[in-house]
Amino acid sequence: MSPRLMKALINGLLIGGTVVALFPLLWMLSVSFMAPGEASALPPPLLPKHPGWANYRELFVRAGMGRYLLNSVLVAGAITALSLVLNLMAGYAFAKLRFAGRERLFQALLGALVIPAQVAMLPLFLLLKYVGLVNSYAGVVAPAMATVFGIFLVRQYARGIPDELLEAARIDGAGEWRIFVQIVLPLLKPIIVTLAIFSFLAAWNDFMWPLIVLTGQEHYTLPIGLASLAREHAQDSELMMAGSVVTVLPVLLLFLSLQRYYLQGLLLGSVKG
Amino acid sequence: MNSPRSAWLFLAPALVVLGVFFLLPVLGALILSLTDYDLYALADIRNLRFIGLGNYWELLHRPLFWSALGHTAYFVAVGVPLSMGASLGAALLLNSPLARCKPLFRTALFAPVVTTVVAVAVIWRYLFNTKYGMANYLLGLLGIHPVDWLGDPHWAMPTIILFAVWKNFGYNMIIFLAGLQAIPPDLYEAARIDGASAWRQFRHITLPMLKPTMLMVGILTVSGYFQLFAEPYVMTEGGPLQSTVSVLYLMYDEGFKWWNLGSASAVAFLLFLLMFAVTVLMVKLSRRGEHPDGGPA
Repeated sequence: MSPRLMKALINGLLIGGTVVALFPLLWMLSVSFMAPGEASALPPPLLPKHPGWANYRELFVRAGMGRYLLNSVLVAGAITALSLVLNLMAGYAFAKLRFAGRERLFQALLGALVIPAQVAMLPLFLLLKYVGLVNSYAGVVAPAMATVFGIFLVRQYARGIPDELLEAARIDGAGEWRIFVQIVLPLLKPIIVTLAIFSFLAAWNDFMWPLIVLTGQEHYTLPIGLASLAREHAQDSELMMAGSVVTVLPVLLLFLSLQRYYLQGLLLGSVKG
Repeated sequence: MNSPRSAWLFLAPALVVLGVFFLLPVLGALILSLTDYDLYALADIRNLRFIGLGNYWELLHRPLFWSALGHTAYFVAVGVPLSMGASLGAALLLNSPLARCKPLFRTALFAPVVTTVVAVAVIWRYLFNTKYGMANYLLGLLGIHPVDWLGDPHWAMPTIILFAVWKNFGYNMIIFLAGLQAIPPDLYEAARIDGASAWRQFRHITLPMLKPTMLMVGILTVSGYFQLFAEPYVMTEGGPLQSTVSVLYLMYDEGFKWWNLGSASAVAFLLFLLMFAVTVLMVKLSRRGEHPDGGPA
């Protein structure tokens, strides 16, 4: 095969793949601006005849989507902030602080990764029920406040901090907390951004646990609200597409603006060592 | 010198959270699975009885459990190779020196990974609508009769598999891409001088060098695909004729629809055991084809 033909083939396939990957998302955006019923036609219309915000108005005014959006922002924001603090502290301790049984404890945590999270969900529900946290924001946030993956990620990165730097600060009389906040955290900035995006995306996109623990509509996050809307309004394609846009757009934009950090973290997290 | 005491203070918050909200519940699940915890026990704990392996015994005699297991195995057996094949194919294309605009393509191909399953499942349900869906319209142009994608028991699972592959392949693509970039270019250089064709280079350099990446990606993908839940929940509600009831779907229904928490815990544990066994098997099989010195056969 000639190099020119090869080049055309490779780039053609990449363009084809890109169309397949993006078409559903672009069409979702287009249909969300159509008038009710417009999308149920043959051939399926690609662009709205008279684009309008009617579906979005319907979603926010009548279907309570504003509340779900607010809930998602609150829950994902709280999970991101709290898990950052806890995972950074623990990851740093595993990387740089000395205590007996450090390696064994860390190995045990990594070992726990083979247990699927769903195994814990039934007793966790009972536990939260007895302490009165079912159907509350805290019920969604609490179990996500620390993750083995997050601790692992921080540890991998923090091992690169030179010990001499920390020892010098100790000799100067700085306390452990002060060293962590004033020396370590600034050095960890790239991994903090990475971990923040990971946590936020995971929390925003999480479905099964919020579905279990949130029983009342007033606490629904976007995925749960959208799933329940989809069961009621199965035929209103335009409305559902608008709902999907509201759910997907924030995370897509976040990824697009910070993708360098996200992809970097994905690679750091996928190489064990 | 830092003291062990301060180290434990740094560790304590995360360890407490993981202990209370993960390890303790996992142990709880083991105990729960040995009891008949149901709606009555939920109302009054005194109704709780210890029944040993009763839940497990009963599940193994329930046709629905076996069919849920079968559907999940189908999803894993077909979905994982397809997904990994798509990932590797896309990574090879992106890694080619002939490819243009790589960052742009990479971002576009990765985009589905960060989307919310529920939202994109809703989109796919519309694309695969029997009457007005784009999929049937395009097939119609080729003269193929409309398929009842999500309403026909034979087609529902394949449609969900297509959806899952579309949604997930970008994740492994990035990992494969990094693996490909780590292969020393002089290996290919030497092969070219020896006159090896592109296919032989792929077969004898790329694949063996990529083996560790392949194993890791394989294990992650298999365990991810065993956890099938949101897709059938949104797209088919387990139907038609329960053809898309996965093991986790069964666990959810059993636990949170019928409140048989004991039996649902047994389902969760059986899934865990199965995933563990498959992972161990994969590691064993991948080691078998190797020389004792660890090099490729």
